[in-house]
Amino acid sequence: MKSLEELNEIRTKTAEKLGIRMGKQVDIGKKNILICCGTGCTSSKSPKIIEEFNKQIKEKKLEDKVEVTKTGCFGLCARGPIVIVYPEETFYTHVKPEDVTEIMEQDIIGGNVVERLLVKEGETSDQIAHKLHELGFYKKQMRLALRNCGRINPENIDEYLAFDGYEALQKVLLEMTPEQVVETMLASGLRGRGGAGFPTGRKWDFARKVTADQKYVCCNADEGDPGAFMDRSVLEGDPHSVLEAMAIAGYAIGASQGYIYVRAEYPIAVERLKIAINQAREYGILGNNIFGTDFNFDIDLRLGAGAFVCGEETALMTSIEGKRGEPRTRPPFPAVKGLFGKPTILNNVETLANVPQIIINGAEWFKNIGTEKSSGTKVFALGGKIKNTGLVEVPMGTTLREIIYDIGGGIPNGKEFKAAQTGGPSGGCIPKEHLDTPIDYDSLMAIGSMMGSGGLIVMDEDNCMVDIAKFFLEFTQDESCGKCPPCRIGTKRMYQILERITEGKGKEGDIEELEKLAQNIKRSALCGLGQTAPNPVLSTLKYFRDEYEAHIKEKRCPAGACKGLTKYHINPDLCKGCGLCARNCPVGAITGEVKSPHTINTDKCVKCGLCMSKCPFKAIEKK
Amino acid sequence: MSEKGTGIAIDAAKLKEIEKIIEKHKNEGGALIPILHEAQDLLGYLPEEVQKMIAKGLNISLAEVYGVATFYSRFKLNPKGKYNIQVCLGTACYVKGSDKVLAKIEETLGIKTGETTPDGKFSIESARCVGACGLAPVMVVNEEVYGKVTPDMVKDILSKYE
Amino acid sequence: MGKVNITIDGCKMEVEDNLTVLEAAKQAGIEIPTLCYLKNINQIGACRICLVEVEGARGLQASCSYPVSEGMVVHTNTPTVREARKATLELILSNHKKNCLSCSRNTDCELQALAQKMNVGDVIYEGTHEDEKIDDLSTSIVRDNSKCILCRRCVAVCKNVQSVGAIEVINRGFKSKVAPAYDRPLKDSNCVNCGQCVAVCPVGALTIKYDIDRIWEALADNDKYVVVQTAPAVRAALGEEFGLPIGTAVTGKMAAALKRLGFNKVFDTDTGADFTIMEEGTEFITRLTENKNLPLITSCSPGWVKFAEHNFPELLDNLSTAKSPMSMFGALIKTYFAEKEGIDPSKIFSVAVMPCTAKKFECERPEMDASGYRDVDAVITTVELAKMIKEAGINFEMLPEEQFDDPAGEATGAGVIFGTSGGVMEAAIRTVVEVLEGKEIPQVEYEEVRGIDGVKEAELTVAGKNVKIAVVSGLKNARNLMEKVRNKEVDYQFIEVMACPGGCIMGGGQPRKVLKERKGIDVRGLRKGALYSEDKRLPLRKSHKNPYVQKVYKEFLGEPNKGKAHELFHTHYTER
Repeated sequence: MKSLEELNEIRTKTAEKLGIRMGKQVDIGKKNILICCGTGCTSSKSPKIIEEFNKQIKEKKLEDKVEVTKTGCFGLCARGPIVIVYPEETFYTHVKPEDVTEIMEQDIIGGNVVERLLVKEGETSDQIAHKLHELGFYKKQMRLALRNCGRINPENIDEYLAFDGYEALQKVLLEMTPEQVVETMLASGLRGRGGAGFPTGRKWDFARKVTADQKYVCCNADEGDPGAFMDRSVLEGDPHSVLEAMAIAGYAIGASQGYIYVRAEYPIAVERLKIAINQAREYGILGNNIFGTDFNFDIDLRLGAGAFVCGEETALMTSIEGKRGEPRTRPPFPAVKGLFGKPTILNNVETLANVPQIIINGAEWFKNIGTEKSSGTKVFALGGKIKNTGLVEVPMGTTLREIIYDIGGGIPNGKEFKAAQTGGPSGGCIPKEHLDTPIDYDSLMAIGSMMGSGGLIVMDEDNCMVDIAKFFLEFTQDESCGKCPPCRIGTKRMYQILERITEGKGKEGDIEELEKLAQNIKRSALCGLGQTAPNPVLSTLKYFRDEYEAHIKEKRCPAGACKGLTKYHINPDLCKGCGLCARNCPVGAITGEVKSPHTINTDKCVKCGLCMSKCPFKAIEKK
Repeated sequence: MSEKGTGIAIDAAKLKEIEKIIEKHKNEGGALIPILHEAQDLLGYLPEEVQKMIAKGLNISLAEVYGVATFYSRFKLNPKGKYNIQVCLGTACYVKGSDKVLAKIEETLGIKTGETTPDGKFSIESARCVGACGLAPVMVVNEEVYGKVTPDMVKDILSKYE
Repeated sequence: MGKVNITIDGCKMEVEDNLTVLEAAKQAGIEIPTLCYLKNINQIGACRICLVEVEGARGLQASCSYPVSEGMVVHTNTPTVREARKATLELILSNHKKNCLSCSRNTDCELQALAQKMNVGDVIYEGTHEDEKIDDLSTSIVRDNSKCILCRRCVAVCKNVQSVGAIEVINRGFKSKVAPAYDRPLKDSNCVNCGQCVAVCPVGALTIKYDIDRIWEALADNDKYVVVQTAPAVRAALGEEFGLPIGTAVTGKMAAALKRLGFNKVFDTDTGADFTIMEEGTEFITRLTENKNLPLITSCSPGWVKFAEHNFPELLDNLSTAKSPMSMFGALIKTYFAEKEGIDPSKIFSVAVMPCTAKKFECERPEMDASGYRDVDAVITTVELAKMIKEAGINFEMLPEEQFDDPAGEATGAGVIFGTSGGVMEAAIRTVVEVLEGKEIPQVEYEEVRGIDGVKEAELTVAGKNVKIAVVSGLKNARNLMEKVRNKEVDYQFIEVMACPGGCIMGGGQPRKVLKERKGIDVRGLRKGALYSEDKRLPLRKSHKNPYVQKVYKEFLGEPNKGKAHELFHTHYTER
């Protein structure tokens, strides 16, 4: 339990120590090595790198001079593991444990940058970026929700405190009424970052106005969209910001208990949340009489168990109640009757991560970022066929083109952009002609997609849009809870139609049938997930109808992705008869005399594509 | 869904442990799912015997426990292989061909997703985004993450666990 | 309760503010189609058939669970609504095994009726339910998941009304289905065979396990002497199957029909009930005097007995060891009756017509054979009897009123009211009070136990003793009460338990009630009324006054709960 004075002292002291990361060189000769320990970099062995650094620092007796800090995600996951050396802010990428000795000797001790580990953005070596903020990847970004990710050690509450941590909660509890807090949220224009973009302040306002003996604040950290990892990164990189926001929400609506529903598939996030909750309790920031006021608030974790539908608010609450995570009808809305039948608000992680900053800087400040109807920033998980896979945060209104080309570095391997998928299984595919659409809730909706939680998957010419639609339907029908027939049976029927189209068995009328089914599911399904499940099909039908028609009428997959419709054959002019393909073919479908052109028996061929990848002469073609 | 391994006896110490878990959560709202998580962490899966204990402890029916356990894909009714292979089929991995990696693994081990090899060594699962999209396509063997996997690499990776 | 003003299909109206849109529409004369809806039991908006447009709300809304609010404007009959309902119904049909003509629910199927009402077209989607396996291993209930539409009424009844939880929705999405744990047969679960799931299933996914063929076979066998007994509740509902008004007691017509079906003897289980009162009453008096194993809990409801064996093993000693009227009468038929008539008991095929699916299980209990012969050989339900009468081409309505066969003859009113919740208790009181007081007591009717509450209680002073009694029906109510008994929070001396809410008249083997109740008919009240008026009509209303009962004790059994009576009429229970 710390008093306000003690907390302030911790803030000042830690800030002094961390000045090195803020561009203030407080103690000449000191270095701070930051290493990303988000899931991505951890998978590529960043903990080993930390171990190695610490070992060498100890051996060289540099403990006083060099400190190693593990942080959350820097965002540029494609180039992980990432190591940054302060105060120079040198940005090393693709670092392996074996590289540590070189960095130690050359940089930490020698003071010379290890050039080969820097980012080369262009083809020529003069486009090397030394520092983080010199990277094209970061130039157009604005990090609010991710402000502390990659900047602080998420397992150390002192570092969070040093970067204005818990100042917003302090301000709220000591200087503001619950009404004022809600008003600030309303005025900020913050909208839910988890999907439909409902104004956060309005949710809080509803729940505040209901009288009840108990209310709850829930944080939706059940980030289930395949290819989305925004929330995970916030939890891994800055867990306290979420705790702080939940306490603020608790004060605003009059709740004393919070729950974070987090995917069990995120072990690192879970671990860091546990640490953060314990630290906050220890400091008296969670618990009874916070900051000496009569406000009590505590938070418990609840682990998801692999059901996508639990991202839907009523399903999430049903799941916390220990039942099958099936959505229920609304009204009553959760703000009136939610978790355990009590008024409940549910906000997603990224939404909450914005809250403390809004309180500190004011609603007006936030309102001025982004577009008129969508204020603030949005975090996107950039993935798929893009150079800079990773996490980016941009002001609302940034165009897709800026995100994909300026930040994302464009499409690799000289391929052509085909579509960007946003909104996960509830969203849609955005074609080339809409690349210049400024991204916000309403504009995405207008072009048949949606913001969703922020997955942004880029697809190139090799991706078949019918196949992608099938992929999403396979996902939704598998993840459908099964409660209502439109979703349970309807998505299955849509999937079956898509399956036969991609297998070359599509028939006249299939497209119309898909549209009819989609229409019915949209208006009849019980929950938001069911109602949006047909979107991937509808949006691809809208922009790529010709691809569907090619599959159905010509039995042809223009992208060459649908196995059932592709045939491999060997171009006799290019084949040198080396026999490599025949030796690699798993089913013995390729025959031919040595040094003369080989042939593929298409009846035997299982279309695995191995021959094509093995052929040194590019003689094997897919049609 | 029949349970294979019913013949496997669960050791008494672990059952004691399960009892403690039930006792610990019993009186909280929504206790069932946390208990299932902890029981599975302890045993690797949820044997019928354990589900019965939980039903009894929480005064609910076995069918209710089973209904919840089969709703969530993370809960397993059968023991996993010594090496559990997960292949990510999240969007980022899928567009980069993780389905082909999965097919290759199935072919190599001669089992389908969700199954365990007869010797109990390998089991295959498909995962919905393991969160390492920067490394797509990704496969995970127990805790070890392999990134940018191509079908050719499958044999080499698996051979490490022979 | 406040009022709100709403507009439904242009009709402005003021309604109570606790209604759903569905209920409000009904007041406006609009029948919104429903499927998964079961008032107060299953109002989850799952099936999406009752969708309506609510102005200002996104998408279509399930009217069964949507509360009315001030100024609300609802449209129940727009092209969008009709199309959506129809499209959803087509999807449901695409996953439903459509062998309607040979389905036991043919013409009595809610899905079939809806399809007709909503003019559905051809179902164009391929593929039916994945699960084609039929589970008919239970003595009482057949499950056919290929017909299940996942409306979850059965699950809600099993879990929330009965607190049994034998079936649940398992798995997820398209693979989800209603099944016991591990998708095992019902017989291997904690199912108590009460059949309440069958009673609410809108389609043929859960049906009664028919034993009709065994009866036909026995009737056709010249070597067999086939006797039948009919439970009190059967007469209160059988007429419904033939279009007679609900609440018509068809005792005479039923006896006539059974005789025409070819049964050698047609008896009234009410007589068995009189024996049960003698045994159970005696047992109660003994326990009360010795202050042992109190409260005494009735055991004539086989669903309750199995429920107790599963859930309250520590209270099994409190259960009356007296068999049910059916089994007592069954035992008597193969002993005293056989002896008197000079019939070889092994040639007797004893049938019981019951309102109850669980009686089929009771009949199969291995211990029900103290006489050396099965107490009862086959049990059919009211619904099955109706099917037999129809199949035999008997015009039920035109049948004359006939009597049950002698020697049992007419039973007492006490036996008749066994069929409704509170009846066993009332019958027992009528006897126990007179025995204990040692004199004639003019009071016959006990209103305290006749109400419709799930739990009823009363206090009586009998021979200077204060006796606290409780009457409970519906297994969830029973569970709650038994938990209190177990924890000694209550101190009753006598408790009547009926597994089905309302007692036997609402048993799982009775004619279907869902659609009647939806029309606002008080099925339970009417059936109950039929029994109480029969009780009133009968000259004898106390079991111990039944001359036949007196005669059998004198000639054959001796004293109640002793010697032969104990051997034939009492049983035991096992923890499950």
